[in-house]
Amino acid sequence: MASNDAHETVIGLECHVELSTATKMFCGCPNEFGAPPNTHVCEVCLGHPGSLPVPNRKAVEYAIRIGLALGCEIAPRSLFHRKNYFYPDMPKNYQISQYDLPLCVGGHLDVEVDGRTRRIGITRVHLEEDTGKTVHPGTTGRIAEAEYALEDYNRAGVPLVEIVSEPDVRSAEEARAYLTELRATLLALGVSDVRMEEGSLRCDANVSVRSRGAAELGTKVEIKNMNSIRSVERALLFEEERQRRALAEGTPLVQETRHWDEDAGRTLPLRSKEYAFDYRYFPEPDIPPLEPDPAWIEEIRASLPELPAERRARFAEAFDLPPAQVRVLAGSTEWADFFEEAVRLGADPRAAANWMTQDLAGLLNQHRVELSGSKVTPAHLADLVRLVGEGTISSAGGKAALEEAFAKGASVEQIVEERGLRQVSDVAALGAIVDEVLAENPGPAEQFRSGKEGVIGFLVGQVMRRSGGAANPKLAQDLLRERLLTGG
Amino acid sequence: MGDPREPCDLPAHEIAARLASGEGSAGQVVESSLARIEAVDGRVRSFLAVTAEQARQRAAEVDRRRVAGETLSAVAGIPLALKDVLATRGIPTTCGSQILRGYVPPYDCTAWARLQAAGSVLVGKTNCDEFAMGSSTENSSFHPTHNPWDLDAVPGGSSGGSAAAVASGQAVWALGTDTGGSVRQPAALCGVVGMKPTYGLVSRYGLIAFASSLDHVGTFTRTVRDAATLLSAIGGHDPRDATSLPGPPPDLAATLEEGVRGLRIGVLEEGFGEGVEPGVRDRIGEAVDRLAALGAEIGEATLPHAGYTLSAYYLIAPAEASSNLARYDGVRYGHRADDPRDVVDMMTRTRGEGFGDEVKRRIMIGTYALSAGYYDAYYGQAQKVRTLIIRDYEEAFGSFDLLLSPTSPTTAFRLGERTDDPMAMYLSDVFTIPANLAGVPAISVPCGVDERGLPVGLQLTGKVLDEATVLRAAHAFEQDLGWTTRPPLLEAAAG
Repeated sequence: MASNDAHETVIGLECHVELSTATKMFCGCPNEFGAPPNTHVCEVCLGHPGSLPVPNRKAVEYAIRIGLALGCEIAPRSLFHRKNYFYPDMPKNYQISQYDLPLCVGGHLDVEVDGRTRRIGITRVHLEEDTGKTVHPGTTGRIAEAEYALEDYNRAGVPLVEIVSEPDVRSAEEARAYLTELRATLLALGVSDVRMEEGSLRCDANVSVRSRGAAELGTKVEIKNMNSIRSVERALLFEEERQRRALAEGTPLVQETRHWDEDAGRTLPLRSKEYAFDYRYFPEPDIPPLEPDPAWIEEIRASLPELPAERRARFAEAFDLPPAQVRVLAGSTEWADFFEEAVRLGADPRAAANWMTQDLAGLLNQHRVELSGSKVTPAHLADLVRLVGEGTISSAGGKAALEEAFAKGASVEQIVEERGLRQVSDVAALGAIVDEVLAENPGPAEQFRSGKEGVIGFLVGQVMRRSGGAANPKLAQDLLRERLLTGG
Repeated sequence: MGDPREPCDLPAHEIAARLASGEGSAGQVVESSLARIEAVDGRVRSFLAVTAEQARQRAAEVDRRRVAGETLSAVAGIPLALKDVLATRGIPTTCGSQILRGYVPPYDCTAWARLQAAGSVLVGKTNCDEFAMGSSTENSSFHPTHNPWDLDAVPGGSSGGSAAAVASGQAVWALGTDTGGSVRQPAALCGVVGMKPTYGLVSRYGLIAFASSLDHVGTFTRTVRDAATLLSAIGGHDPRDATSLPGPPPDLAATLEEGVRGLRIGVLEEGFGEGVEPGVRDRIGEAVDRLAALGAEIGEATLPHAGYTLSAYYLIAPAEASSNLARYDGVRYGHRADDPRDVVDMMTRTRGEGFGDEVKRRIMIGTYALSAGYYDAYYGQAQKVRTLIIRDYEEAFGSFDLLLSPTSPTTAFRLGERTDDPMAMYLSDVFTIPANLAGVPAISVPCGVDERGLPVGLQLTGKVLDEATVLRAAHAFEQDLGWTTRPPLLEAAAG
């Protein structure tokens, strides 16, 4: 991004997060993704006449957790409002949301970009309910070509929080960093599974470009339909460029909502008519004001886990790791706990960090599994680090053992024995191999003696090959040097 | 001839006493109620649905338990009618609207669920103004209901079907809903006892919303004692209604006999102003004298902001209604327009066809009142007035235990008389609406008839959660008055 030009990009992000409570926001139906259509419904979430919403205390608790983790003030009194508009996926034709008195206000999230920490303000965090899903059957899946529409209300009434940032984000890269950090924070809090592909984390962005240093914001464009952090970044890059070009060309920008087309890689305007809403917000008369007991809020505060940013600071301090590794290891509770457990079991932190961020990460990536879904345990890692460190196995042997453990879950010790990965460190046995290699390679031996020390690598390689990889390379080299310098 | 009264004409507490002593059976009581429906409902038209078979089965079940020696609850075996805005599982519930024609709820409202569990016998669902919007039951999209005292007159509304059913012995008691007087006003016009409790005392779960912050479940009974019994049976906290007050069901019959001696009763000066018929004024004046004679301390009271009552109510109620009624769109239940072009066409025509004029009028008013740029001037301002009226009550209750007024400025009016004049219709509720805005308990108890022989209702209003005092004073008045006049319809039938 051009950061030293005359223009500046201003981005605000609105994230919707589905909370992973056992039941829905206002009724007792299960809150569960992927069930057959309309099986998790009742009179409340279907909006049957006479049914009433009762707020889910767990959802309020989760929203407070999020608010506290983001440094927000928890409002002593907040209100639910009705947001009125007609849409068939919304059973009551109004959404119960929060409006001018949200549950959490005024926090922030610190994110790292290019090694610098940027503080992004959080305007508010509020609670609301999700809508159902409309399906348009037919070959194309396009609304205009469908004969009819089907509604699935399983998602209707699922608890959502909306997290609104201040317009503090200055680039697509910062937006990505913000979303990554927010996602990690929500995961650490245990309040959502934050899967963008399943819609449990959704993000809209407001983007404008203005003259650098201007006090007023430029014309704001809202972008919707971004289904991954990557697509948010791409969409913002596209939109930023589009707006900058328009400004450069003197083309006027219009305030509008644009749709991100993932396949085409661009944003397209939505018909503005669809957004000419007057939501007629008014306080929800079915729900009394939310007035959380201060003691309860303190109880929630005391139960907050270590957040990713805190953990990064601690890892950097305690384990003396490079920033890139800290980001990976402290980035999620899963990785951090795994790493710390391995260290607790005796692994050297730096070695364990290397194994995790390189070899293990590679395997996970290659097999497309999450760390928690793999067979590798912190005990495997601790054994691996210890055996390699002691010289019992080579690092190549370590890699082989890790792959085996990844595939089968057997203990490292067992794998080392079964596959004969233990290094040959017996001077007599290795000495015999060294003698054979020297006898068969008189040329390189001579070159070494005449000062070309580099050929020692070739000779070590020959020893390794002849030993089937089992030789301790350090010992092999020592023996080669000893014989070349003293003998013949 | 002797007592012309059938079992269905008795107050519930007498029926319960008879059942407990083994005199007669729940089966006989329900048959008498069903026979009365058969005999008179062709003319009164209280019911939208009669649940005769289910009623017989439930009565038989009550009798089995009775014969087996079980102690029955005070509501067991008593024929009950429910206003058709109360959701009943498996039984059509229409709100008097074409948009819900044929709709069968998948669940029971809490009030009925509690009565059902206690052995209550439902004889049918009663007619009402569409979505409880009206004061005469003429806004029902099915048919009007007639007043048993004069079949050419309205029964009041919106719970006119329940009031007429109890007045004519088709049900021994009934539930209605009261958003601006829809229990008390028809009770007054039909000569029965109508009680609206404190907001939150009875769960609204399953009460199909008109205006959520004003809607109450209320009771129609022949006696004040029955009102105490029925209210005790349906009251108490419900975890499914977030606005329901904490606490167990109250025992409202316990203090019923304590009389009015020493109670400070404030007579609202507004209750004798313009628009109050002389017949109403006379009966209320006599009622004041009677209460004084019984030992109550009578004084003059006022609600200074009462003049703004209708304006505030007709912004708040339509505003909430415009949102509450948005769900009737043809997507999930109820009426759906034929052959829609697209979803907007479907919703638009479904609502256009399904709602009647008064409902549409209020949706329009409410939508306007909540619109951007108008909210503060209308809805916001109305809420401020509401706060002032709540303060008026607090002020008045600093000096008085109860406030007294007519329930309605007039007795029953002719069918069709006010249908073309919404303002005249709205004025029917001028004395009842303030209690809805403030959420305080109020009762209408019969205090005689006017010169045309039409019943007049006396309204007593109490402090928040002071149902006991309201009921105790109404009971003392009722016992002393000893009013036993029956609608001419029944006297003719008996003769």
